[in-house]
Amino acid sequence: MLAIQLAIKNLLGAGLRTWLNVAVLSFAFVVIVFYNGMLDGWNRQALKDTREWEVGNGQLWHPAYDRYDPFSLQEAHAPLSGEVVSLVQRKQLTPVLITQASAYPKGRMINIVLKGIDPDQQMLKLPTSLLKEDSGEIPALIGKRMAQSARLKTGDKVLVRWRDKNGTFDAREIHIAGVFDANVPSVDNGQFWIPLGNLQQMTGMENEATLLVAANTHTVQKTGIWEARDLDFLLKEFNEIMDSKKGSSKVIYFLLLAIALLAIFDTQVLSVFRRQKEIGTYIALGMTRAEVVRIFTVEGSAHSFLALLLGALYGIPFLAYLAKTGIPMPKSAGEAGIAISDSIIPVYSAGMVVTTILLVVITATVVSYFPARRISSMKPTEALKGKIQ
Amino acid sequence: MKKLILLLFTCFIVYQANSQDAQTILTKVDQNMSSTNRISESSMTIHGKRSSRTLTSKTWAVGTKKSYTEYLSPASEQGTKMLKLENQLWIFSPSTDRIIQISGHLLRQSVMGSDLSYEDMMEDRKLTDIYTAKISGEEKIEDRTCNVLELTSKVADVAYYSQKIWVDAERFVPLKQELYAKSGQQLKLVELKDVKQIDGRWFPTTVIYKDILKGGKGTEMKMMDIKFDQPIPDHVFSKASLKQ
Repeated sequence: MLAIQLAIKNLLGAGLRTWLNVAVLSFAFVVIVFYNGMLDGWNRQALKDTREWEVGNGQLWHPAYDRYDPFSLQEAHAPLSGEVVSLVQRKQLTPVLITQASAYPKGRMINIVLKGIDPDQQMLKLPTSLLKEDSGEIPALIGKRMAQSARLKTGDKVLVRWRDKNGTFDAREIHIAGVFDANVPSVDNGQFWIPLGNLQQMTGMENEATLLVAANTHTVQKTGIWEARDLDFLLKEFNEIMDSKKGSSKVIYFLLLAIALLAIFDTQVLSVFRRQKEIGTYIALGMTRAEVVRIFTVEGSAHSFLALLLGALYGIPFLAYLAKTGIPMPKSAGEAGIAISDSIIPVYSAGMVVTTILLVVITATVVSYFPARRISSMKPTEALKGKIQ
Repeated sequence: MKKLILLLFTCFIVYQANSQDAQTILTKVDQNMSSTNRISESSMTIHGKRSSRTLTSKTWAVGTKKSYTEYLSPASEQGTKMLKLENQLWIFSPSTDRIIQISGHLLRQSVMGSDLSYEDMMEDRKLTDIYTAKISGEEKIEDRTCNVLELTSKVADVAYYSQKIWVDAERFVPLKQELYAKSGQQLKLVELKDVKQIDGRWFPTTVIYKDILKGGKGTEMKMMDIKFDQPIPDHVFSKASLKQ
């Protein structure tokens, strides 16, 4: 208790020097919480969006299907077996047929992927009900990125050319029934979503699919030829990106923390050097060297408590404001192919805040202890005289 | 009743005769356009929106299965080689010193920015092997009387489901071709000009391809020199020859 009282008295007595250290440390604390909160928020939002828009609760893939290899599409389709059809009828799975095509918006040729999906499906957030229109034309849904790159909008008509299962060319005009705004580029870039029945008929692949998306109530497992792809598999790349982001963010905030801790370390070294008479007096009054070391260590680590208080003072309103308004992301961010919304809502979990507090307090205590350790080798008589040891 | 049967029989005979004629014309077209082998030197002028560029190449071909092309100019394309064996296609680019196999969606890319896709280059079968024909009329193209033939595919794995083809009634050389998708949408227009007699057969030395969906002025191919039924050693059609 005496150590804490003395530490607080000494800290406040040091005036501006203390507050400078505390300000730098509090800034590091707030930045760490902010950065981790932003990454956690992005992670949570991206996983939610990717599940809702693209992967569902897992998928069943045709064994030849490789999402990164468009060449695989030629072979990656098969008729749905009775077991799969029954799961589709019970709304546990929704089939998706994928084929390559070329679109000709205003005389330009662009390579696209035609994806057939049941207009009645409700597993994915895609507004497939727009595909139910019965105008005699093939309706298509495209994402805002596709719409932008192909310069298409709702109501436009575009000629699309594809090959059927035998390799014969076919071409029809497709009507853009809607443009959706998804944060998940992998359901948008270079893709046209059309009714499954239309695509099956267009390609001669009746009752066939390339993959099936599972509903939240269904756990994927190998069914017939269809290979199960769980969320760990489907979100592997995204999780790897997040891990790498977290790794690089650690470098930034460890640098910031190092600057703050260096300031505390310097202050401690200076204190031990300038306050030798005080150290000598403590020992002369009957304190052991370990008790004096403890006083100086507590004094150093008290910087971190003051930093936490100061950080809370301006950090809580700032972080709460960001949690409410979100952090705006540049428009080009989504073009990198990663699921990212227009603004990220940071998430500050209790675990993350407590970990950050412990990190700041423990590191501040450690850097305070090392300079104070010199006290244990001081001679009290020399210290009382203020002789440099 | 007898009259009706007679009428139907007459129609059937006329249809058969017509169909037979169309098939004969198509066979004669194939005889003119196909050869056991050929060595040709040609130029390909690609008309872009802003400018045009011309490439020259030399091709060795055996039947419809094997062909080997080497680009001679311009300097940027010189040394680029293409080898087609059955339904496989490889390209060698000297700048990368790599042989790449073209497959999947890459086959749909245009050849050197032209209106021809690699797929078009691969589709070399004889018309009689893949289409049934019927005569739909007679028209004149540049003072040449042509039979207009409507071709419909008789095999499943054909790129263009139907074609309309204008065949010179005297020389049995196509002067115009319209290539259609299954839906009836026209995809390509091919104009064949400057018909010359070479080694006893009539052969068009200028071919203009137009991708109807893409628009533009198309791609013009001019045959500068062509020799039929020349001996071509087998080693020409090997992957090793691409890097030589």
